Amino acid sequence: MTEPLVTFRNVKKHFGDFVAVRDMDLDIYPGEFLAIMGSSGCGKTTTLRMLAGLDSPTSGEIHIGGEMMNEVKPHERDTPLVWQSLALFPFLNARENVEFGLKMRGVEKAERARRALEWLERMEIGEFADRNITTLSGGQKQRVALARSLVMEPKMLLLDEPLSALDANLVIRMQAVLTRLQKELGITFVYVTHSQSEAFAMADRVVIMSQGEIAQIGSPKDIYRAPANRFVAEFVGRNNILTGTLVSQDGTGVVISTPSGKFVATTPEMSRPDGSDATFVVSADLVNVSLSEPDAENRIQCTLISEEFVGSMVTLFLESPDSHEFKVQMQERDLIELDLHSGSQIWLCWAVENAHVLDGE
Amino acid sequence: MNQTRFLNVILALYVACIFAFIFAPILFSLVFSFNSQRFPTIPLGDFTTEWYAKIFADPDVWVAARNSLTVSVCTSIVATFLGFCTAYSDFRYNFRFKGPYLALILLPPTIPLIIMALAMLAWLSKLGLSGHLWSIILAHSVLTAPFAMAIIRLRLNQMDPDLESAAWNLGGSEWKAMRHVIIPFCMPSIVSALCLTAAVSFDEFAVSWFVSGLNKTVPVVILEIVQGNIDPQVNAIGTFVFLTSMTLVILAQVFFISRQVKSHS
Repeated sequence: MTEPLVTFRNVKKHFGDFVAVRDMDLDIYPGEFLAIMGSSGCGKTTTLRMLAGLDSPTSGEIHIGGEMMNEVKPHERDTPLVWQSLALFPFLNARENVEFGLKMRGVEKAERARRALEWLERMEIGEFADRNITTLSGGQKQRVALARSLVMEPKMLLLDEPLSALDANLVIRMQAVLTRLQKELGITFVYVTHSQSEAFAMADRVVIMSQGEIAQIGSPKDIYRAPANRFVAEFVGRNNILTGTLVSQDGTGVVISTPSGKFVATTPEMSRPDGSDATFVVSADLVNVSLSEPDAENRIQCTLISEEFVGSMVTLFLESPDSHEFKVQMQERDLIELDLHSGSQIWLCWAVENAHVLDGE
Repeated sequence: MNQTRFLNVILALYVACIFAFIFAPILFSLVFSFNSQRFPTIPLGDFTTEWYAKIFADPDVWVAARNSLTVSVCTSIVATFLGFCTAYSDFRYNFRFKGPYLALILLPPTIPLIIMALAMLAWLSKLGLSGHLWSIILAHSVLTAPFAMAIIRLRLNQMDPDLESAAWNLGGSEWKAMRHVIIPFCMPSIVSALCLTAAVSFDEFAVSWFVSGLNKTVPVVILEIVQGNIDPQVNAIGTFVFLTSMTLVILAQVFFISRQVKSHS
């Protein structure tokens, strides 16, 4: 078991009456790509700023590399940050921007120019070294900002929604650049984002935050397939969430009675008495559709309300007889064969092992 | 189409009238400074540089010019420094009584100059500080610091607040961030503030006259010339002062406006 590089122990941060982060415990390991995800105001940026020393915790302790960091000033840390606004210095050219950190650290002129150029080359923008920052495109500025942080050769790079200002196609390219860099350098990336696709595409582990608390930590797959609670299930989206009461349970599964009918789900880790409330989720892409009644344990007949196309994928929105909304995600080409239209009656079914019971709810 | 053209003509005329109204007296004094006749009458006499020769030969004018130059240079430095500190403290910090603090700093230009001058005289002589060249510098710094503050504050408004944090994040202490980020960013407005405060100080009469004692500045000497003998010397020296201030004001505009346009494009 490797020692964590960063530990948050019981960290709280208040701004006046507003609690930005409450009781946070988090370990970040060397060399991992950690994404912190949540909607705005959930405390993700505050967490990052505490790591950089720009905000200090109200209580609790933050250790980096075994050292207590609560009172260490930002400029005494080795935690370069890539800003959402990029925060490039407009009065310096690209190379001088990259040199800035080395200059602050007292690296002599020739050496810092050499290292800055090396990094600009590595980011494939060497030809723009002497260009004014304001004349660069969004993607080029992004690369300058990355070079400016990475030239410091840090153990950990902090990124605060760095791709939020870029076009969709550029985002995909920069994601590839970032993951490749992280693997090559073998350093820790802590990446704050509100975008699920960015977090899931790049991160080894994802932290989902809600109202200053960690809602779940896990691999993208864990979070997608096995959300820990209703918040995560709803945040991740494209989940069918059904709540009811526990009717019976055995070694292989539990039966939950919901207003939409009785369904079988996998056994939760936590045992609870019959008759207690229980909620389970089925990911929209794990629901099968058929026109005739399928031979499956979990099935329900619904009315098609609408369709939403996203590229080759389509999401169907359906309604069960008790007016509960169901979502099904499928390939567009599979949908054509079914020949559906609004108001069509279709059957949905899903396997027992794909129905995931939420802990404690 | 025709209507907008007509409107444009009217507007152009209107602007021309305003400029004429403002600059006619100055143009008048410029024209008569080269006129050989003693009194400003039309038709004009011959072209002459006699009056310029006369004032440049007057040692009092040279002393006054040197005094004015010293005062305006020192004032511009002190006022711009004060203005920068105030602008930065307003930009960076939130504190109790910030409102009154800012009001206090922006107050001087709202006080009638003559009252300000009298108050300065009373106060400085009470402290035994009146009658020196640097008494004028002191008084002028108070008077012009708000202009410097306003210009620099506007520039700071355009700054991404993350820039300073970024400098810390990259290993710069607060002082280094100030030196390598805040000051370079504000440089156009600092130069602009230097020019503008120098111009205001160079022109200022009332306060200079009250607190200067025997150290006359150019505006004070102009008054003495006017009081002593009416002749076109005053036009010549007036033209000289006008050109100096105008140059400084235009420089201030060039530095400030050109950068503004650049940062918005």
